[in-house]
Amino acid sequence: MLKMLEAMLQGSLISIEIFVLTLLFSLPLALPVALGRMSRSRLISGAVNVYLLIMRGTPLILQLIFVYFAPYYLFKISYDRFTAVIIAFVINYAAYFAEIYRGGIESIGLGQYEAAKVLGFTKTQTFFRIILPQVVKRILPSTANEVITLVKDTALAQTIGVAELFRVAQNASARQFSTMPIFIAGIFYFLMNWLVSALFTRFEKKLSYYR
Amino acid sequence: MEILNVSHLSKSFGDLEVLKDISFSVHRGEVLSIIGPSGSGKSTLLRCVNHLETVSGGTISVLGSNMVADGAYATPAELRAICLKVGLVFQNFNLFPHFSVLRNITEAQLRVLGRTSAEANRRALSLLDKMGLSDKIHAYPCELSGGQQQRVSIARALALDPEVLFFDEPTSALDPELTGEILKVIRDLAAEKMTMVIVTHEMSFARDVADRVIFMDSGVIVEEGIASEVINNPKNERTRLFLRRFSE
Repeated sequence: MLKMLEAMLQGSLISIEIFVLTLLFSLPLALPVALGRMSRSRLISGAVNVYLLIMRGTPLILQLIFVYFAPYYLFKISYDRFTAVIIAFVINYAAYFAEIYRGGIESIGLGQYEAAKVLGFTKTQTFFRIILPQVVKRILPSTANEVITLVKDTALAQTIGVAELFRVAQNASARQFSTMPIFIAGIFYFLMNWLVSALFTRFEKKLSYYR
Repeated sequence: MEILNVSHLSKSFGDLEVLKDISFSVHRGEVLSIIGPSGSGKSTLLRCVNHLETVSGGTISVLGSNMVADGAYATPAELRAICLKVGLVFQNFNLFPHFSVLRNITEAQLRVLGRTSAEANRRALSLLDKMGLSDKIHAYPCELSGGQQQRVSIARALALDPEVLFFDEPTSALDPELTGEILKVIRDLAAEKMTMVIVTHEMSFARDVADRVIFMDSGVIVEEGIASEVINNPKNERTRLFLRRFSE
């Protein structure tokens, strides 16, 4: 029993690592993607749109397999499974976050840009000081949704053999002929998401000083 | 001394000619009011001078520097410097909702003019005092009435020390009872000889505060002259027709 819990703790650490690293890279990466999608250049917005269609139009589980195995079949290169998981998750989640950012950016009225321009702010200043802070507030609820989904999606990493929490739980449950480990894993995901939503609620409260 | 000169300005949106051969000038310390029916091009004219729209042709110069000469714009750096001499107060205030009242007024002073925060604060506080908003320094725009928001936005524009301040129907988004407080602020500025161009539907206000009035219709200046003369005894039939509707 103790050994099983230890193994599951190990697995949950892997899940948390996937979760944190995915957010760490995909949240910033989504910004240039969103801007690319809104680019006036047809070539850039078209290319980004194709990327978004593929990422949002195919299952993440398939993307995981592709990211890990394609380099092997194409160039006979094999690499670390964990790295492959992070790459697949990051490019997938960046697509979803980018669309959330785009919605947020487009919801800011033209008047804010005009006021900033008349006051002499540069385009960069306008975006980072005037527009983006307001976007962050507006996209918080939908971003929370996506982040909560990510916690649960980490279970897909086992597809290419990364022993995250759910895989460990399944193994343990097979060995012990018991569903207990899977139930414990469920509690872990639940607690993790409880924490995530509590953090987002707090963040939303912090930004509620203006409308 | 001539602060603003506009000559032969034209502006089209596609096939639609919104401004046709507009010429006028504004002198230091003068208050000019632009009146006219909706769709006459008043706001577009104001937006062209503030570089929110690109003109199709003509010349705009501020204190002798050409913002655009015969349809050709100055370089971006020159343009930025010239536009800073021109301020604009919007109909819908367009305050930055995530900044406090104080920061709304200091941000551009700090980031654009490069003033120190002590300087910027001093300027903001004195303007807020003048606007009667000293107790709202740390409030956010959403906590203010429309009239208070508009006063903050006037302070925000004045903080950059523009040579001429434009108002785009500054009272149109306000209740009649809040309109008075904005008109009083503008009246006070006029008394201090602030150069202003005001697009407005408040005819009696235009007559009382403005030195000169321009009446526009269908993209052209129909009549121009001393405010009281144009509004009390318009010469042009079109102006007369428009003003009659207001006196009724």
